[in-house]
Amino acid sequence: MKILVCVSNVPDTTTKITFTDNNTQFNTNGVQFILNPYDEIALARAIELTDGGKGTVTVINVGDASTEATIRKALAIGATDAVRVNAKPHDAWYVAYQIAQYVKANPFDLILTGRESIDYNGSKVAGMLGELLDIPSVSIIKKLDAGDTEATVEREIEGGKEVLTIPYPFVAGAAEGVAEPKIPNMRGIMSARTKPLAVIEPTEVKTFSEIVSYETPAPRGQVKLVAADDTAKLVELLHAEARVI
Amino acid sequence: MSVLIYAENAGGKFKKSIFEAVSYARAIADQNNTSLTAVSIGKVDAAELALLGKYGADKVLNVSGDKLKDFVNQAYASIIAEAAKKEGSAVVVLSNTFSGRGLAPRVGVKLEAGVADGVVALPVQEGGSFKVKKTAFSGKAFATVELSSAIKVIALVPNSYKVVETGGTAQVEDFSVETKASDFKAMIKEIVRSTDKVSLPDAEIVVSAGRGLKGPENWGMIEELANLLGAATACSKPVSDAGWRPHSEHVGQTGIAVSPNLYIAVGISGAIQHLAGVSSSKVIVVINKDPEAPFFKVADYGIVGDAFEVLPKLIAAVKEYKASA
Repeated sequence: MKILVCVSNVPDTTTKITFTDNNTQFNTNGVQFILNPYDEIALARAIELTDGGKGTVTVINVGDASTEATIRKALAIGATDAVRVNAKPHDAWYVAYQIAQYVKANPFDLILTGRESIDYNGSKVAGMLGELLDIPSVSIIKKLDAGDTEATVEREIEGGKEVLTIPYPFVAGAAEGVAEPKIPNMRGIMSARTKPLAVIEPTEVKTFSEIVSYETPAPRGQVKLVAADDTAKLVELLHAEARVI
Repeated sequence: MSVLIYAENAGGKFKKSIFEAVSYARAIADQNNTSLTAVSIGKVDAAELALLGKYGADKVLNVSGDKLKDFVNQAYASIIAEAAKKEGSAVVVLSNTFSGRGLAPRVGVKLEAGVADGVVALPVQEGGSFKVKKTAFSGKAFATVELSSAIKVIALVPNSYKVVETGGTAQVEDFSVETKASDFKAMIKEIVRSTDKVSLPDAEIVVSAGRGLKGPENWGMIEELANLLGAATACSKPVSDAGWRPHSEHVGQTGIAVSPNLYIAVGISGAIQHLAGVSSSKVIVVINKDPEAPFFKVADYGIVGDAFEVLPKLIAAVKEYKASA
């Protein structure tokens, strides 16, 4: 089985988000970038499914040279090889388009993404890729079992789940539950340095969305403390003042 | 032009989040002096479809049929795109539900439309530009996105726009679309939907707990409080990582982002990743024995105290309030 895992390079989860240039640019100063946590889950499952010579795992990233540390981490975790499309990831459409171009020339049985990237939270790449390739896509899966010709996946729905069978090839966005992220071992880290990382140039495409500004959530006022033995007071405040119960 | 809203049903019924999206789409139609068409796919009865008119749809396209009874991402996306073409829609609105998030990108590609998901406010349209505010960095920030395509696809976050009754009525018509066999490759084997619990993404009140509860055996208090308030239960990442609670309850940057009216956090210190997932909550209550817990800095109300002492008292107080209300 040939699996493609689409990975993105995102600010570490502990990052305090700030902006520059009159709130039009994300301030990357001092920000540590990591492999998107959901992509780590997708990658871990891909490695499990191909373990013991049952296939290969290619990771693909759309990014400039600064993302190579993240790509090497994916290789250290256990991907077979990697591709970097040498371009800034303008938006989800741009990224999906570039990956689709690659997949059209290099077919895969299964394409995994994370359920969303933790920077722009789009969860759009999987669906766009499915549409561009005219294959099924399923967003936010909690479980993935691979059979010979089709896979069984569990998809999250509000207050429950759906179980589906999908023939290959298809695209799925992995969430918690699909696999436990893997920590690279020393052998993995050593071998990642020599694993193939191809750099390809992007295909030009028109985009339709542009981030024009950012803001941070309005700060809340001072917390109103209620005595621990006066829970009735809290209920009263929630009812009469906050009007939420 | 017109505005199209995809009215997703769950087991034949529309949820509040859909009426919010209808109200939101109505407001966009009003911004542009145009009409609002809703498209419903699956098995929804006439009385339920009529509700869409009450919240502002002028017309409802009803797409039914056995094959379409349950959600099929590809086929549903094709139908929504066809409905948009039929209606000459310039804006397509979906609710940012689990299914909506699967549909929006496919519909966007089919219509060569820019897609904005995680949207939390009405678009600002001036001088031909179209800008919408969406969540970014998992709730730590918002981004304003300008969509420059002729057609725009927007997925609205549940609980971010008020339901507005217009008292109108919608004309319901059957709409049939030729679907391709290749749109039905994914087959649903089973749907499990718990009916006795409030689902977390839909919840107006959330009761959430962390490691301060010391073990899964102590969640009875959380569930009791949630039941009394008609709330969903949630937890912090360490709790779901430890297997005390299911992953579907994990709120935070790498879990689910919620935007309820009231978020009650018990025994959660308030790590930056957790705060990201709750920052859109309208009112936050924090109960923690550590007065220095970072969560208090973003809370509206707080009680410094041990969860095991405060929770039973809070449950009693809520019972008393409910009895008198």
